[in-house]
Amino acid sequence: MEYIIIIIAAIFVNNVVFAQFLGICPFLGVSSKISTSAGMGGAVLFVMTIATVVTWTIQKTILVPFGIEFMQTITFILVIASLVQMVEIILKKISPSLYQALGIFLPLITTNCAVLGIAILAIQKDYNLIQSVVFSAATAIGFALALIIFAGLREHLDGIDVPKGMKGVPIALITAGLISLAFMGFAGLV
Amino acid sequence: MSLVKEFTKGIIKENPVFVLLLGMCPTLGVTTSAKNGLGMGLATMFVLIASNFVVSSVKSLIPDKVRIPAFIVIIASFVTIVDLSMAAYLPALHAQLGIFIPLIVVNCIILGRAEAFASKNSPIASIIDGIGMGLGFTLALTLLGAVREILGSGSLFDFRFLPNDANTMLLFVMPPGAFIALGFLIAIVNKIKKA
Repeated sequence: MEYIIIIIAAIFVNNVVFAQFLGICPFLGVSSKISTSAGMGGAVLFVMTIATVVTWTIQKTILVPFGIEFMQTITFILVIASLVQMVEIILKKISPSLYQALGIFLPLITTNCAVLGIAILAIQKDYNLIQSVVFSAATAIGFALALIIFAGLREHLDGIDVPKGMKGVPIALITAGLISLAFMGFAGLV
Repeated sequence: MSLVKEFTKGIIKENPVFVLLLGMCPTLGVTTSAKNGLGMGLATMFVLIASNFVVSSVKSLIPDKVRIPAFIVIIASFVTIVDLSMAAYLPALHAQLGIFIPLIVVNCIILGRAEAFASKNSPIASIIDGIGMGLGFTLALTLLGAVREILGSGSLFDFRFLPNDANTMLLFVMPPGAFIALGFLIAIVNKIKKA
């Protein structure tokens, strides 16, 4: 039950894009087609879960016992940056087909603030390891969901006649605002 | 003359938020009031100026292959300094900005300026570039924060100018309002640029 609450809260109620404003850059950048959005969502799911496990372990086994929690930001960002590189190299060797599908999105993930943000949030919420895994995977699914919904709408936005200055990013942001409004309906669900 | 150009380009012509569309997460996330926007803008500006200066000073010592990780370590150190100083001296603002303070480290503006400008120019020019870009970012965040605070809470910099029982558009201090307000601000900037 506890895990179901974490999952529902992370996907719908506190959706990473629409309620917490993390990962807006890839959200606006790669969400022009449904297929690329799904690819990005998959890559984020993969990296975010691994990154949260690794940073959680480092926090509990190194930073806390030695009393150097103030090094959190530096350590986490270095871990995530090298992790992304490592995942890229390993995927290339082990599963070329998966690498083909996710490859171009992996380097973009280092600068996705959702990955670092969720790693820090999992520590702040004082989750244990399993809760952290569930939390990060569910958040990534919420991210993928947001991307895919938005891409679906954006494919239609291209054919619509909007005022000149509103074309492109402004109308996309207002659309995102309306989706965000819809997601607010989930508040109070848990 | 060129230094003046480096300084002013970040404020209007290459405004990081309205024109380059960088650093959107803190832009949307913390601008529930003008004060929060200003605080976040100044914190980012400090990190930007300091990291631009250091990156530009040590650029010849860093091997090309590891320059991005090296830049990230420099930036993360300054972010930690800002994080701890704000927690000590401005605890209320620190609590309001929350997770977005450590996330300054992944703000694309800072790494972007380090890579695109500071790693190729002199320390003095890099500081000027940092001040200009930082001011542009601060200006954009304060403006968006002011719009949202006026519409959503009927106040500006905590000064309430509506009667206490007046209805305000609460939507604008909630997440959807951030997207909608920024969308309209960018549309206005587009319109002005074309005119």
